[in-house]
Amino acid sequence: MFEMPSGAEIQSIISTLRAGADYFIPELYLSALFMVLIILDLVLGGRKNRILASATIIGLLGTLFFIFKQHAMPDAELFFGMYALDRFGIFFKYFFVLTGVLAVVISAEDEHLNSQEAGMGEYYALIVAMVVGMMMMASSTDLLMMFLSMELVALSAYVLTGYLKREPRSSEAALKYLVYGAVSSGMLLYGFSLIYGLTAQTNISKISMELSQHGYDPLVMILATLLVMAGLGYKIGAVPFHFWSPDVYEGAPTPITAYLSVGSKAAGFALLMRFFFVAVPHAADGIEDMLSIDWLTILMIISAASMIYGNVVAIWQKNVKRLLAYSSIAHAGYLLLGIITMDKVGTQAVLLYLASYLLMNIGAFYVVVVIANKTGSENLEDYRGLGRKMPLAGAALTVFLISLVGLPPTFGFIGKLMIFTALIGKGDLFMWLALIGILTSVISLYYYMLIPLNMFLRDSDRNLDKDYRTGMLSNAITVVLMVLTIYFGLFFQPVAEYARYSASMFGAVLN
Amino acid sequence: MLSLIVFLPIIAGLIILAVPASQKQIIRIVSLLAAIAQGVIAVLIWRHYDPTMAGIIASPGGSPVGSFQLIERIPWISLNLGSFGPMTIEYFIGVDGISITMVLLTALISIIGVLSSWTIQKQVKGYFILFNLLSTAMMGCFVALDFFLFYVFWEIMLLPMYFLIGIWGGPNREYAAIKFFLYTLFGSVFMLLVMIGLYFSVVDPVTGHHTFSLVAMASQENYLKGAILGPDSTMWRTIAFIVLFIGFAIKVPMFPFHTWLPDAHVEAPTPISVILAGVLLKLGTYGMMRINFPLFPEVYHAGLYVIGVFGAINIIYGAFCALAQQDLKKMVAYSSISHMGYVLLGLAAANSEGMLGALYQMFNHGTITAMLFLLVGVIYDRAHTRAIDKFGGLASYMPVYAGLVTVAWFASLGLPGLSGFISEAFVFVGAFTSTTTRPIAMVSVLGIVFGAAYLLWSLQRMFLGKRRPDAAYDLEKDAEGHEHIHFHDWNGKLDLDARELTMLVPLAVIVIALGIYPMPIMGMLTASINKLVTVLAPVAISAVN
Repeated sequence: MFEMPSGAEIQSIISTLRAGADYFIPELYLSALFMVLIILDLVLGGRKNRILASATIIGLLGTLFFIFKQHAMPDAELFFGMYALDRFGIFFKYFFVLTGVLAVVISAEDEHLNSQEAGMGEYYALIVAMVVGMMMMASSTDLLMMFLSMELVALSAYVLTGYLKREPRSSEAALKYLVYGAVSSGMLLYGFSLIYGLTAQTNISKISMELSQHGYDPLVMILATLLVMAGLGYKIGAVPFHFWSPDVYEGAPTPITAYLSVGSKAAGFALLMRFFFVAVPHAADGIEDMLSIDWLTILMIISAASMIYGNVVAIWQKNVKRLLAYSSIAHAGYLLLGIITMDKVGTQAVLLYLASYLLMNIGAFYVVVVIANKTGSENLEDYRGLGRKMPLAGAALTVFLISLVGLPPTFGFIGKLMIFTALIGKGDLFMWLALIGILTSVISLYYYMLIPLNMFLRDSDRNLDKDYRTGMLSNAITVVLMVLTIYFGLFFQPVAEYARYSASMFGAVLN
Repeated sequence: MLSLIVFLPIIAGLIILAVPASQKQIIRIVSLLAAIAQGVIAVLIWRHYDPTMAGIIASPGGSPVGSFQLIERIPWISLNLGSFGPMTIEYFIGVDGISITMVLLTALISIIGVLSSWTIQKQVKGYFILFNLLSTAMMGCFVALDFFLFYVFWEIMLLPMYFLIGIWGGPNREYAAIKFFLYTLFGSVFMLLVMIGLYFSVVDPVTGHHTFSLVAMASQENYLKGAILGPDSTMWRTIAFIVLFIGFAIKVPMFPFHTWLPDAHVEAPTPISVILAGVLLKLGTYGMMRINFPLFPEVYHAGLYVIGVFGAINIIYGAFCALAQQDLKKMVAYSSISHMGYVLLGLAAANSEGMLGALYQMFNHGTITAMLFLLVGVIYDRAHTRAIDKFGGLASYMPVYAGLVTVAWFASLGLPGLSGFISEAFVFVGAFTSTTTRPIAMVSVLGIVFGAAYLLWSLQRMFLGKRRPDAAYDLEKDAEGHEHIHFHDWNGKLDLDARELTMLVPLAVIVIALGIYPMPIMGMLTASINKLVTVLAPVAISAVN
C-alpha cells in the first residue's frame, strides 16, 4: 500500500518539479493573472468593467513574451511525463492567448453583457482560467493530465455560458452544456481507464510502446478508442456528439460563443491529435494494421457526417448564432480531414486552418455583437436592410462569411486549399472525402450568403431611422480583422511556414 | 503594363472608397477614367503585340515561358511541404493570341459598361466599387498564366456579380443572384480539386519542383508518370477533364447547365447584362481553350463528338427557346446561349478553321450581344416593359434606334458584311471539314434558320407595321399633324440620346468594320490558334506517350 517516500525520493521529486517549472512559466504566469484579476475585482469599485477588460488584455498579451522565450528551449517532457514542451504546444499557446484576447475584446464591446449588475470580475478571470486549461490540453502527455485540463476548461466554460444570469436561455444553455459535458467526460474517462487496463501506463508515449511490444485485445482497444473519440468529439463539436452545441452557442453570451467555437474546439483538436498521433501511432505504419483502419475509419465517418450534417442543417436556421453553431460543426469535419492524412502536411494544414478559423470566426462573431448592440437581436430577420445603415459591419461580415465558405482571396480559402492539398497528396485514397468536402462547401455558400442577402438585398420593414453609427475603436477592430483575413488570403507564406514548423510533436513521428 | 491594365479598376475602386457617397458624379467619372485608361493600354498592347509569336505552350528546350508576350513573373508564395516538395505559386501573367483578343474585348466592354451604368441611381458608391472589382477579376482571368492566380481571379468574380445582380436587379433578383452564385461555385470547386491534382502531377522542367504554371502544364512531357493525373492515369485524367469541362461549361453556359443565365439576365440591370454576356460567358470557352483542352488533349480528342453534340444542342435549343419568348431580354439571353453553341461547335472541330471561328465568334459575340442588351435597355428605360408584343411600328417614331437595332439584329443572325457572319462561317467550314463533326454541323445549320426566325419575327413585331392597340407608348400629334412618340414617366430624349449613341455607335462601327475586314483581330490570333491545333493534334499526343 502507500509507503512514505524516503527523504532522498522527496528531494528528487522536488528537484524534478523545480526543473519542470522553468518550462511552465506561461501557465504559471496566467495562473497568477487569474488571481490578480479576482483581487482587482474585489479592490476596485464603481465602473470597473473597462479596467478589468484592459487588465486582462494587457496581462494576456504579456504571456506572449514568456511563450516566445520558450522557442529557445529544447523539446522536453516535464513533471514525470505529465506534460511536454514542444513546438506543437507552443503554437497552441499563442493560439489560445490570441483567442482569449479577442474574446475579451468582444466581451468589452458587448453592451448586453456589460449591463449585468453582477459585474464582470469572475468573467474575465474565468476566461484566463480557460486559456490556462486549453494550453494544458494542448501540451499534456498523460491521460490523467489530459482529463484534468479538459475539466478545467469545461468547468470555466459552464460558468461563462450561464453568465447572463437574468436570462433563462443562458442558464438553460449552461445546464445543457454541463449535462452533456458530464456524460462525455464519463465516457472519456472510461476509455482512458480501459487503455490503462490494457497497458498499465498513463503516459501516452509509454502506452504506444506497450501496445506495440505486448499486443492488446483488439476488441477492448476499439471500445476504448470509441469512448475516447466520444469524449473528444464532444469537445470539438463533431457529429454525432454535437447535440449540445446549437443550444449552447445560441444561449451563451455571444463573446463566449465565439470563444468556445474557436478556443475550446481548437483545444479539443490539439488533444485529439496528440493522443492519436502519439498513443496510437500504428496507423502510420500502414493499412494492414487492423487497429489503425478502425480508428481511421471512425474519424473518416465522423468527418464526413459532420460536414454533411452541419452544412445541411444550417440552411434552415433563423438565428445567426445558431447558424454559426451548425457551421462550426461542419468546420470540425473539415479539420478532421487534415488529421486523417496522418502526416506532417496534414498537421500543418490543420494548424493553418485553425489559424484562419480563429480570424474569420471571431471576426464574424465580433460583427454579430456590434450589430446586436444596435438592434438587440441576432435573428436573421432583423438583419434586413442593415447593410445600408452599417456598411462597414456588412462588408466585414461578408468577408468573414466568404472566408468561412472558403473562397479566395481570403484566409479561409488557404485553409481549405491546404487541407485538400494534404488529402490529394495521398493519391486517390481519400478522394471521396475531398468530394464531400467541396460539395458541402457549395451548400455552405447558400446559408452563409443568407446573412448578406438579408443585409444588402432586402429592405427592412421596421423603422431604421435611429443612430447606427459605431465607435471608432470598434470600427478599427473590424477593419483590422477584415484586412487580416484578406491579407493572409493573399500572403499566407509566413503563417503556413510557422504552421509547418509547429507540426512537430514530442514523441510522435510525422512524415 | 499588363499588371496595370488588370489592377487599374481596383485602384479606382479604392479611390471611390474614399469619396463620399453623395458625390455620385465624381464616382462615375473616376470609374470611367479607369476604364478609358484600361482601353488606352489595351490599344497600346494591341499595337505592340507581335502576331507571329504563338504562345500556348513552351517548346521543349526553348524559353520556359514560351512565346508569350508582356510576361510578368514574380514568385509569390513558396512553401516547404516536406515530402511533397516546395509549393511555389507565382504571380505569372502574359498574353498570347487567345488572351489578347479577350483582353481587348474586356477593355472595350468595361468602358461600355461604365457608360451604361450612368443611369444607376441607387447606392452609386457601392455599385461602382463592385463593378471595378469585377472588372479587375475578369481582366485578371484572361492574363493569368498560373493556375492558382487564375483560380483566385475566377472566384473573386463571383461575389461582386452576386451583389450587382442582387442589389441592383429586378423583382426576382434574390433568386437569380444566388442561383448564379451556386451554379458557378459548383463548377469551380471541382476546378480546385483538379488544380491540386495537376499540381502534384506536373513538374516544372526548369526548377524540378511541382508547379501551378499553366505553361508548364500545357506540355505533356512535364507530367509525372504514376502521379494522380499523370500520363498513365487514364481514369483520373478523364474524370478531371469532365469535371473541369463542366466547370467551364456552366459559365458558357452549355445545355443542361444554362438555366441560371436567363434568370440572371432578366433580373440584372442593363450594364451587368452587358458585362455578363459580353465578357463573363467567354471565360468559359476561354478556360476550355487555355486550360481544359491543352492539359488533357487525349481526353479532348476522345470527347470531340460529345462536345460537338452539346454545341449543336445549344445552338438549336437556344434558338427554339428564344423563339418562344415574350420578354425581349429573355429572347436575347437565349440567343446568347444559342450563339455560344457555335463556339463549342468550332472547338469540337479541332482544326484551325473551327478554332479560329470559335475564338473570333467569342469576340464578335461579345460586341454584338453587348449591343443587343444595350438596345433592350434603351427601350426598357423608356417603356418600363420588355414585352415584345407591346410595341409595333417603332421604326417610324425612333428611326435612329431602329437603325441600330437592325444592325445588331442582323449581325446576330449572321448577315454577310457584319462580323457575326465571318465567325459563324469559319465555324461551319471547320465543322464540315472535320469528319467527326460533319453530321453535327449539318444539323446545326438549322440553328441559323431558327435564329433568323426569332430575330426577324421580333424585329417585325416591334418595329414594323403600326402601333398596337395595347402598346406601351402613346402617340401625340403636334400642330403640324406629325405624330410623335410619347412614353409615360420618361422625360429624356425620345430617340437615342448622346450617351446611348456614344455606347452604341462605336460598337456598330466595330461590328461592321470587322465584318468587312476581320484582319485586325483575326491576324492576331492565327498563329496561336495554329499552334493550339498542333498541340491538340492526336499525333502530338501519341508522340509524348
